[in-house]
Amino acid sequence: MFSIYCPHCCEYREEEEFHAIGEAHIARPVDPDALTDAEWASYLYIRKNPRGLHHEQWVHAIGCRKFFNITRDTVSYEIKETYKIGEAPAFVA
Amino acid sequence: MTQKNRLSSSKNRGRINYKKPLTFTYGKKTYSGYEGDTVASALLANGVDIVGRSFKYSRPRGIVAAGAEEPNAILQMGATEATQVPNVRATQQELFDGLVCRATNGWPSEDFDLMSYVGKVGGNIMSPGFYYKTFMYPQSMWKNYEKVIRKAAGFGRAPQEPDPDVYDHIHRHCDVLIVGAGPSGLAAAAALAGTDLRVVIADEQSEFGGSLLHSSELIDEQYPQMWVERICTQLREAGNIVCLPRSTVNGYHDHNFLTIHERCSDHLADQASHQVRQRMHRVRAQWVILATGAHERPLVFSNNDVPGSLIASAVSTYINRYAVIPGQSLVLLTTNDYAYQTAIDWFNAGREVVAIVDTRTNPQGVRVQRVRELGINIITGSGVINILGRQRVNAVEVAKLDEVGEKIIGQVQTLNCDTVASSGGWSPVIHLSCHTGSRPIWDENILGFLPGETIQQQLTAGGVNGCYGLKDCLQQGYDAACDALEKLGCKDTPKPSFNKVEDIAEEPAMALFHIPHSEPTSRAPKQFVDLQNDVTAAGVEMATREGFESIEHVKRYTALGFGTDQGKLGNINGMAITAKSLNKSIPETGTTIFRPNYTPITFGAIAGRHCGELFDPKRYTAMHQWHIENGAKFEAVGQWMRPWYYPKLGESMQQALNRECVAARTSVGILDASTLGKIDIQGSDAREFLGRVYTNAWEKLAVGKCRYGLMCGEDGMVFDDGVTSCLGENHFLMTTTTGGAARVLEWLELYHQTEWSDLDVYFTSVTDHWATMTISGPNSRKLLAELTEDINLEKDNFKFMDWRSGTVAGIPARVYRISFTGELSYEINVQANYGLFVWEQLMEAGEKYNITPYGTEAMHILRAEKGFIITGQDTDGSVHPYDLNMAWAVNMKKTFSFIGKRGMAREDCIRPDRKQLVGLKTKDLECVIPEGSQAVNDPNQAIPMDMLGHITSSYWSENLGHSIAMGYIKGGINRIGETVYYPQTDGCVIEAEICSPVFLDEAGERQHV
Repeated sequence: MFSIYCPHCCEYREEEEFHAIGEAHIARPVDPDALTDAEWASYLYIRKNPRGLHHEQWVHAIGCRKFFNITRDTVSYEIKETYKIGEAPAFVA
Repeated sequence: MTQKNRLSSSKNRGRINYKKPLTFTYGKKTYSGYEGDTVASALLANGVDIVGRSFKYSRPRGIVAAGAEEPNAILQMGATEATQVPNVRATQQELFDGLVCRATNGWPSEDFDLMSYVGKVGGNIMSPGFYYKTFMYPQSMWKNYEKVIRKAAGFGRAPQEPDPDVYDHIHRHCDVLIVGAGPSGLAAAAALAGTDLRVVIADEQSEFGGSLLHSSELIDEQYPQMWVERICTQLREAGNIVCLPRSTVNGYHDHNFLTIHERCSDHLADQASHQVRQRMHRVRAQWVILATGAHERPLVFSNNDVPGSLIASAVSTYINRYAVIPGQSLVLLTTNDYAYQTAIDWFNAGREVVAIVDTRTNPQGVRVQRVRELGINIITGSGVINILGRQRVNAVEVAKLDEVGEKIIGQVQTLNCDTVASSGGWSPVIHLSCHTGSRPIWDENILGFLPGETIQQQLTAGGVNGCYGLKDCLQQGYDAACDALEKLGCKDTPKPSFNKVEDIAEEPAMALFHIPHSEPTSRAPKQFVDLQNDVTAAGVEMATREGFESIEHVKRYTALGFGTDQGKLGNINGMAITAKSLNKSIPETGTTIFRPNYTPITFGAIAGRHCGELFDPKRYTAMHQWHIENGAKFEAVGQWMRPWYYPKLGESMQQALNRECVAARTSVGILDASTLGKIDIQGSDAREFLGRVYTNAWEKLAVGKCRYGLMCGEDGMVFDDGVTSCLGENHFLMTTTTGGAARVLEWLELYHQTEWSDLDVYFTSVTDHWATMTISGPNSRKLLAELTEDINLEKDNFKFMDWRSGTVAGIPARVYRISFTGELSYEINVQANYGLFVWEQLMEAGEKYNITPYGTEAMHILRAEKGFIITGQDTDGSVHPYDLNMAWAVNMKKTFSFIGKRGMAREDCIRPDRKQLVGLKTKDLECVIPEGSQAVNDPNQAIPMDMLGHITSSYWSENLGHSIAMGYIKGGINRIGETVYYPQTDGCVIEAEICSPVFLDEAGERQHV
């Protein structure tokens, strides 16, 4: 079970308080109607599945209800950092 | 019965309390033992040789070890049916007065086992893969084979009655968790005692001390038991240390989260009265010190499984700790110096050591010299190649080996004895370190696997590092504590808890795992590698011959390391034999990985208090008690308990539904709708936000008005719906489905926080704050009029899809004129605490209209008569609004590309043959099509038929006098009037006509009256 630092609460809390949403940094296209089906499908469905560093979006569901991002190593499960939406990660693959 | 193998009190410094004799029942007989015994030590004291039958060959088996690694002595415990516990290791179960246990296998008994004769005949053909190869065909017979196989094998049975005991969970946070309270763990804990750190030390045994409890090596010129006592006192008095004996650290998970299984009363009685039986500690530790020690490896040789064959250190443990000597005459087989101590202990206990058989040619270590001084016969360069005897060892065959231990080079001599102790060296207990995903590393010097690299904040000390000398173990424990202190930012260096420690120099051990026989392995008498699964050296070799090269495959093919002991004794030997027969090194062959849990754990401990009533929370509305008192049947909707229907005395469910449905259309019905999700939305951009998440337009919704909306995902598929009301220019109340409330709120937050944080909008869940009662039917206005003075109910003033605030029964209320039944309908919302009061007022005033409470089932029927969908029942995440024929609820002209717009324009979403929701009217008006039925065009088509879509909602409509159904049909909207067929599992076919899903009042006049 992960121990996750919520960047909004500024505390380590148990994983049970959080939900994982999915890959982070997937911005909604500004003009969806201008996209081809393939481009829209890519936004909707195509996700990374890296071995190593991965940026993930989580929410402190049973806490402050705020969303934030985690940089996590998918092999060791080490959480390198957590950061607020809109911030850039310090660790990149 | 006398304890014939019990040493007298004068000869022993052990942990047995001779003043407290205990009696217990094993099988059909009663035995005696003492406080301080385990069931295993007591059985050995009583001279019980056979404790079970082996898994595959039904060979008699005796106790082999003295701890968690025991493969054979697996007991069924419990004096009553409810307190049955399978799978108890006799070596870990402390004795208490009145304990009842028996062997888990052996039929009719473990002493006389019929299967052993089958085993004897069938044994030779029961090679690896035996079950796969033999019982494969015909497949239909497998369930019959399985019954017999299960009866013959198995390790006990679950109780048939509910567990009467209570189990607990506790969460702990600590700076340092020390796993193991042997010399290293205690030295570490002692160094941390009195510091500012929060420390937990856990050990699976009944008392702290580990190997020191049976050792005679001196610490500070005293017996080690004295040192243990001193340290334990110090720990207890320190104030910063939680000591957990009888507590197995069973799992090491991510981010230094560990689970500890504490057995609080298993050692006291069959059933724990007035206390918790077991407790699961869920620990988050800053640093973990693994001081888990090592397990001794037995050697693999012919008939090494005969009762009376034990691992050497276990023999020492039984003698020194439990005052039990498990035989009369001993032959010790060893590859190393350390095991010589067992011969010394046996000798000192006053019984005969027939010989020590050392596989090394010229051992000269300190312990070897001590043994020589005692005049014990040492046979060097040799191995025990076979045990003679069936129910108990009665002799061994010894032969000279070549230098590398691969061949027999001399005459075979026979030595009479009744006990064989063997030692092939030690295997560090790396299980917990493996749990974290770190791969162990083979070390040639210690001939064992060591913990590999880890990202956890983990330190190791003592035996787990392959460090076996007492002095080094204490030192490593102390060093690990100092490391932890430094890492946690403490400056002080503690004093070690030991000064002078006896240091016995040892010579290197021989890398030998498998003693050869004069016959080749495949023909030699069975040489057991894994005793619990009856895996032999010949079996492992055969697996490699049959092409299994990966150790993981060998494991699965032979079952090596499966079972409740998880290969604690046999794994390394099995890997070594695999490596040798593949002509590879052990590191090349690799190792299987241990997984949690370290030892078996009861379901009770895992469940803790999360069972029965507390398994899942239940949510009740403010009117729940009224529903109970009025005979409601309930259904669970998510966690909510909702009235399902209200049967009157003698009424069937259908009769009750008919009555409730008719009342809501002819007079007035009342529904508790409090469970609908309610989200309060405020902010200057609230309106804009709604326009983005709903498919329809919101910019013109005026204060006092309500509007229905569909919510889609980005893929264009409907995922929730509900009515949203405009409470103020910047203030809205959104309702969601009962089950979708939490999901919708998170969805809104997701988009607000991550995509449109520039919008000024705030969301608050208010579901629980309001009690909602819906009155529906032609008399609902008259009824409401009696209870309100300040709301103008005039039909042209308070129109359909309006809401008003005012008082109802004197209570401030919001009243929404919306309708899920298609009737004139008012949804009355009051602060939840007034819910029951207002409900009762409505019931009282409504008596003259025969007001009828209706439940969720009638609600479903009433809305289906009107063709209203229920998301989640009529939708499944694969349908968009057009599939539902709800184009009216989508506004493609909105400037912002709302969620779902692009998705529903995808190529696949505009196919003409998409499944579309339609109504279905059966030809036989009485017939209700079962929900889930598949439609076909041609009922006589050969299977597989072309399926058109399934029925999502189907009911008997008393109001209409015929059945009604909604379902999907490919291209159905353009097929109104056509006939489709629903073949049933019983062979009959239901014929139905495709129609509009609006069965009643298609013009929608009734809700406008």
